Amino acid sequence: MKTEGFKENSETTALDEVPAGHTVRIVRVDSGHCLNNRLASMGLLKDTEITVIRNDGAGQIIVAVKSSKIILGRGMSQKIFVAHI
Amino acid sequence: MNSDKQQKKILVGLAGNPNSGKTTVFNALTGTRHHVANYPGVTVEKKEGRCRHQDAMVHVVDLPGTYSLTAYSTEELIARHFMFDEHPDVVVDILDASNLERHLYLATQLMEMQVPLILVFNMSDVAKSKGLEFDIKQMEILLGVRIVPMVASKKKGVHELLDVILEVAGQKSKTLKVHYGAEIEEELTKIEALLGRSNETFHAKYPIRWVAIKLLEADTEVSGWVQNVAVQRQVSASREHLNTIFGDRADILIADRRYGFISGACQETIKDTVQIRHDVSDKIDAVLTNRHLGLPIFGMLMYLVFYLTFKVGQYPMHGLEYFFGYLSAQICHVWPQGTMPALQSLIVDGVIGGVGGVVVFLPTILILFLGIAFLEDTGYMARAAFVMDRIMHKIGLHGKSFIPMLIGFGCSVPAIMATRILENRRNRLATMMVIPLMSCGARIAIYALFVQAFFPKSLQGPMMMLIYVIGILLAIVCIQLLRKTLLKGETVPFVMELPPYRMPTAKGLLIHMWTRGWMYLQKAGTVILVISIILWAAISYPKPTAGELAGLSRHEQQSITLQHSVAGCVGRAMEPVIKPLGFDWKIGTALIGASVAKEVFVSQLSIIYSLGDTADETEALQQHLRADYTPLQGFCVMLFCLSTAPCVATVAITRKESGTWKWAAFQYLGLTLLAYIITLAVYQAGMFLAHVF
Repeated sequence: MKTEGFKENSETTALDEVPAGHTVRIVRVDSGHCLNNRLASMGLLKDTEITVIRNDGAGQIIVAVKSSKIILGRGMSQKIFVAHI
Repeated sequence: MNSDKQQKKILVGLAGNPNSGKTTVFNALTGTRHHVANYPGVTVEKKEGRCRHQDAMVHVVDLPGTYSLTAYSTEELIARHFMFDEHPDVVVDILDASNLERHLYLATQLMEMQVPLILVFNMSDVAKSKGLEFDIKQMEILLGVRIVPMVASKKKGVHELLDVILEVAGQKSKTLKVHYGAEIEEELTKIEALLGRSNETFHAKYPIRWVAIKLLEADTEVSGWVQNVAVQRQVSASREHLNTIFGDRADILIADRRYGFISGACQETIKDTVQIRHDVSDKIDAVLTNRHLGLPIFGMLMYLVFYLTFKVGQYPMHGLEYFFGYLSAQICHVWPQGTMPALQSLIVDGVIGGVGGVVVFLPTILILFLGIAFLEDTGYMARAAFVMDRIMHKIGLHGKSFIPMLIGFGCSVPAIMATRILENRRNRLATMMVIPLMSCGARIAIYALFVQAFFPKSLQGPMMMLIYVIGILLAIVCIQLLRKTLLKGETVPFVMELPPYRMPTAKGLLIHMWTRGWMYLQKAGTVILVISIILWAAISYPKPTAGELAGLSRHEQQSITLQHSVAGCVGRAMEPVIKPLGFDWKIGTALIGASVAKEVFVSQLSIIYSLGDTADETEALQQHLRADYTPLQGFCVMLFCLSTAPCVATVAITRKESGTWKWAAFQYLGLTLLAYIITLAVYQAGMFLAHVF
């Protein structure tokens, strides 16, 4: 389900599958209109590089973006698709 | 002191991201002379303050901290309406200098709104230590705004900022246009042209370009304004067109271009001399948010906060108790013998007794709030929310919900106000409903009395702990019930910024502590005062005849009076209902008092037993209780007081924060029912077991 309708890049994965310590590039954000704007205003938008700081395989994850750190809910992180650099 | 007519008045709006140090700047500008209210109709705080600079009076409004100015949340809408409705002379946008790219995003939106703008690069010392160097002059040219570097926590740059505010306020605003690239600009021009011809009512108030941008972004609010069909058609055509060219929605494209504009300006003007970014903070985070260590550390910090609260708090508390006792005694002493005894009783028992009972808890509560403010201002609270999220998520809440719950251990009133940090309404309501189950400071008085009366010293600590834990467990069960029934719905996607670690300033901590403590005091001054007087009347009237009181001691007379009064009668009438819980009319009468403010319970019992409520007589009261009740009954009283309906002030604040009486009534009745069922179950089970063994 996660990669449904996905053609841009075969190596694209959902953010929640990226282990801590990896830096990835956002390919697509798949949330609703309002939330997309919210994420963009916090610096999370297409083509941004983010580093996963914490990902314990369950629960929230922490990412670093543009010198700030952001906590994302698991559900949220499953809607952000990224490519390895 | 120039004549006031000459004085210029300047209205300044303070905007900025959360964690930009906006509050610190606000405090540095206005000192403690500020005023906190709510925006009409919504529960968002409106903070205002003033300061004098040169010949001008600068009036500062602290806008809610937001990441952007869309229609995403109430906070964003408030900030944006302020710009157009209040016509500020200057808007000051506070930015974290070490995270400019992200923080400039809000600035670009302010530019779009064509407001007279000043940017403050706050915490520029931290940025410098991270190796960032700015070419402020060049940046001012590229962004087309004035920039003031500041270190608000050290009050550096305050004077400079005020100078620039006066300077900018005098000028006509000239804002730079953010260029969105040929394709988007083309569509914007089309929309603007149609808007110009459409002659709609909002024209006078809003810049046309801004309206066009918002329409293209499909902003929920602005889209609703436009009635003109030609405009609507053009907007959808433009969005469609951009989507086919770029394969992305217009709002995302625009956000992208804003960042493009920002990074263009930053690239030329910011030099990053050191490559390491999150160094120290990363190391601290690695420990504090660690999978295994995170929770124990959180537990220890909480223990420390509560230990300090109750250990240190008891000294000023005893002092205040002594003070109110002394005050009552003095009034009785100087009161002319025999004149207006009813008035004397009203002042001493009603007003001083009632309000004093609330005020004595103030020191304890202030220390708790100071501890919480410290955890918040250092940035730890956000980490704690992360650590707690695993647990909170299981019960259907966000990690953030634990913050209001924590405050609930001090007082339910500020706790319910603190639920404002929860963005999702269902989440917020669920949290609000269970906050009274967190044993507030006022209930400690009841627990202390009963624990000491019925349990040996070695068991007193664990019993106290047990009551708190039962409250937390009940809260969890109730939340799950609510989330599965009335407040059903998915947990919304969660996003929250993790603020950088910061050394809190003493002033900031004190202001934080005081605003919450003040809410508690206001409760004492308003609701409790009125209710205390009503309650005093209920326990004093109707009076027994002189014959019934003849030959009795003062305390015995009081006891007879109470039994004869409205409260006593209601207490007696209630007896059949509360008998299955192990309660008699005495406890019933005290419970009526407790429905006003929890701590009243204890003073009511004292009166029933013909005792004063001074510390010397606590021992005597405990003896009376031991004589009349079993430990099981004592425990049931604690259990009932823990889980029953909240005090009047909490009901009032729940009504205000939830927006309807419906939820306040639901909370009141629901918790009363809960307390009844639980106490009934425990008492009957206890009796059964006692019978069997």
